[in-house]
Amino acid sequence: MSNRMKINATGWFFIAIATVVITLFYFYPMAQALILSFQSGLGANLSFVGFDNYIRLFHDPTFITAITNTFIYLLVQVPVMIVLGLFLSVLLNDKKLKFKGLFRTAIFLPVITSLVAYSVIFKYLFATDGVLNQFLVKFSIIPEAIEWLTDPFWAKVTIIIAITWRWTGYNMIFYLSALQNVDQSIYEAARIDGASAFKVFTRITIPMLKPIILFTSITSTIGTLQIFDEIMNITGGGPGNATTSISQYIYNLSFKYTPDFGYATAVSFVIVILIILFTALQFRVAGDKND
Amino acid sequence: MTKFKRIFAYVFLTIASIISIFPFLWMLISMTNKSIDVTRGSMLPGTQLLENIKNLFQTVDIVPAMVNSGIIALVTTVLALLIASLAGYGFEMFKSKKKDIIFNILLLSMMIPFAVLMVPLYRMFGSISQVMPFIGIDTLAAAFLPTITTAFLIFFFRQSAKMFPKEMIEAGRIDGLGEFGIFFRIFMPTMKTTYAAAAIITFMNSWNNYLWPLVILQSPDKQTIPLLISNLGAGYSPDYGVIMTAIVITTLPTALVFFFMQKHFVEGMMGSVK
Repeated sequence: MSNRMKINATGWFFIAIATVVITLFYFYPMAQALILSFQSGLGANLSFVGFDNYIRLFHDPTFITAITNTFIYLLVQVPVMIVLGLFLSVLLNDKKLKFKGLFRTAIFLPVITSLVAYSVIFKYLFATDGVLNQFLVKFSIIPEAIEWLTDPFWAKVTIIIAITWRWTGYNMIFYLSALQNVDQSIYEAARIDGASAFKVFTRITIPMLKPIILFTSITSTIGTLQIFDEIMNITGGGPGNATTSISQYIYNLSFKYTPDFGYATAVSFVIVILIILFTALQFRVAGDKND
Repeated sequence: MTKFKRIFAYVFLTIASIISIFPFLWMLISMTNKSIDVTRGSMLPGTQLLENIKNLFQTVDIVPAMVNSGIIALVTTVLALLIASLAGYGFEMFKSKKKDIIFNILLLSMMIPFAVLMVPLYRMFGSISQVMPFIGIDTLAAAFLPTITTAFLIFFFRQSAKMFPKEMIEAGRIDGLGEFGIFFRIFMPTMKTTYAAAAIITFMNSWNNYLWPLVILQSPDKQTIPLLISNLGAGYSPDYGVIMTAIVITTLPTALVFFFMQKHFVEGMMGSVK
């Protein structure tokens, strides 16, 4: 009995350091952030202002631009990437396909780049006199160079293309490994019944992969809601504020302009609320039967 | 019909592969070219490679940046693997209702966006600076401390501890090993591949981390690789050949790990989701 108790006490020691570290660097700062968000003032001179920071959000044009941009990235990029990833994984799951490993490795390769490094490369590739425009004009795909980085619309498109390039292969690997666990006899049965490829995809593949699609859409949503590295290094938020994201705005409020920590943390809680809302929504859409 | 479908599959996959590889190819070609040829969009390898490498080491502080990034990534990896695997093992092997509640609370930390933590952490390290300047703002320690455990890693190790045969633990106890002896002498050596996968993903995340070092490291000699690349990219008259060389050299470690340890790399990337 005393031996059991000793083992039990040791058990607590095993988890102690991790629990302390996560509390110290996640939960404690989170609580601090909540308190800060009800304070205002410049730098270290802070005083309580109630809900003022949260009310200010609704009248702050830069915040509204930042949240609109972030929504555009989220609503366009995440679905496009998931569909593309699914489609590629289905093509790659074909048993008779040759060069499978080669295709898989090539499409997965962007994952090895750091977000900053690939952002800088994309900035150069998409420059007005850059390689992409030269190629597109040379082969008459477009009549004249597109202002990828300096036009408010195209700058957003560039950001979306960049994120899609970086993350599609990553998501594809999840689908591919899930597909390999799907019982092949289901597909055989569907083929015998004469189901079309499209029907097989929508009626078998997607429902079978529902848990993993849910998982990837939640992680992608959480990632895109926090997008920062790409914005800073591809467009710097410009032109104007046309590509600013919520995270970049928080960074600017805290470390670029005169520090307004109280308001910056209030903005950051908007991301928390959005993450909770979108995660709940995705669970609801996917139905809870799978979990 | 099936033949048409197969041709379509090959064409589509080839295009996707080319798009995925092209920026790498361009980067490799550009590191052999003069800055002006890079802007001209040259797709032919040049003769500037050695010159670019020489300029990189002479004009850019790439060596200190690699040392800083290397120290931060190495310390993070060692500490994170140790702390998280102890915890993952502890949560699984000494399971109790209370511990499961704590585990679930720790998992919630994965949902906290870094944007929320950034300002309070910065202020926290500001106060630490007053008492212990060696781990305060603008120190490498401050850059790695908040990353020395993640809930993801704890979860990852708990999942793998589930597959660890419990009889081996009993056998260890009978042989007179203490609980920590069992962990260090039996669990750790048996789970080598789990540790390899976790090490790869942790090292890579740390090596590539941008936002927190940007906030906490201020003096140029503390610069990490992502900060350096970002600064080079934002320069007004950049030498493209040199920048491309810098990017290639700093991507090399992850590229090598990927090509030689692809299985562990993908496992670490995907965590326990299988």
